[in-house]
Amino acid sequence: MRRFIEGIGHGLIDSIAKMGYGARLFWLLLRYSGTSFTRLRLTITQIHFIGNYSLIIIVVSGLFVGFVLGLQGYNTLQRYGSEQALGLLVAIGLVRELGPVVTALLFAGRAGTSITAEIGLMKAGEQLAAMEMMAVSPIARVLAPRFWAGVISMPLLAAMFSAVGVFGGYIVGVVLIGVDDGAFWSQMQNGVDWMEDVGNGVIKSIVFGIAVTFIAVFEGYDSQPTPEGVARATTRTVVSSSLVVLGLDFMLTALMFSRG
Amino acid sequence: MDRKLTDLWVGLFVIAGFAALLVLALKAGNLLSFNFSETYQVLAKFDNIGGLKVRAPVKSAGVVVGRVASVGFDDQTYEAVVTLAMDRRYGFPKDSSAKILTSGLLGEQYIGLEPGGDSAKLAEGAKIKSTQSAIVLESLISQFLFSKAAEGKTDSKAADGAAPAGTGIAAPPSLGAPAGSGKADGKSESKASMTSNNNKDSK
Repeated sequence: MRRFIEGIGHGLIDSIAKMGYGARLFWLLLRYSGTSFTRLRLTITQIHFIGNYSLIIIVVSGLFVGFVLGLQGYNTLQRYGSEQALGLLVAIGLVRELGPVVTALLFAGRAGTSITAEIGLMKAGEQLAAMEMMAVSPIARVLAPRFWAGVISMPLLAAMFSAVGVFGGYIVGVVLIGVDDGAFWSQMQNGVDWMEDVGNGVIKSIVFGIAVTFIAVFEGYDSQPTPEGVARATTRTVVSSSLVVLGLDFMLTALMFSRG
Repeated sequence: MDRKLTDLWVGLFVIAGFAALLVLALKAGNLLSFNFSETYQVLAKFDNIGGLKVRAPVKSAGVVVGRVASVGFDDQTYEAVVTLAMDRRYGFPKDSSAKILTSGLLGEQYIGLEPGGDSAKLAEGAKIKSTQSAIVLESLISQFLFSKAAEGKTDSKAADGAAPAGTGIAAPPSLGAPAGSGKADGKSESKASMTSNNNKDSK
């Protein structure tokens, strides 16, 4: 019994300590992020690694999500005789929710894990400690460029996901099923507001980018410097960033779209 | 990898991202149709606006000529006050009338503007005097029942003088009355006859 209560206390203290540690790291990350822009090369290499290499999975997933939205949306809408609204449904669904969220989840799996594993292995191999010995801040040299690369890549990837998804919906809806071409686009343009929907989607994806990349960087930096520790940190990255993304999505949706 | 090549790929990635954003804003969104060069504001009061939303289109002859800028409530007259932001390129006669219409059976509601015959134009801050409210389905149905019941009454009166069956069906009007805007009866009834006439015409 006593051990159980001790366990609760330990867990609480641990998690608060981790939060404080995370907040400090976030602050340091922002403070040392000057380097990632003065030495742009570091960030560009990371964008290449994080962004370009995630492109295939994002584009292919977007296309298929668009296909599925087109098919399912058509099935439901044609019951009410309003299959012309298919374009609207696909576009709103992608731009507001699916684009940012699915991209963030895929991004956590594709890029977040590799960031965590890389930083964790650097820590395990004592490369970070070596840098500190040479008076090079590992936060400025290793962490910040990866963080900013993730924050920059994420909204771009989400935009591509949504655009490709809309195109996928168009292929299924108009080309395969035969919804009217003009109605598909005009309903979409009538219903999708470029500020309210597209703009808020971009804001969402930026927030998700910050959350996912920060969690990845933090877990890597915080990992136990053992093979097992790195493996655990990688798992934690995926799990916690997925949960955080879904939670944040609910909060942002409630803030952005609950009016009127 | 070669520096130049990395730069090239990253550049392509960023360009593709922004291009996708642009496509979303232009092709999927309404950035193109969004900016009216300039607008002037016109007020219109309605007994009932139904499900009219801010940014709903204002159409005349089916062409979008403005948008609903805001929806408010006047607690002196208990009417909805709708502000319309009209495109400055299009002028309308002062005695134009505004109706709240529905696009399709389940579509969104919009304001239909019918030009009048006055030579003076609607100016900034002008008020549209003749308006027609949104058709509320419940009151439409109760009106229909009411008129049916009235028919039944006259029939039964003709048949046997008394009207016990008629009073049973005649109940709906009392249900229908609160569904209206709660304004003076004379006005809502004149509107009711107007809408039911329209309904018959369309049939």
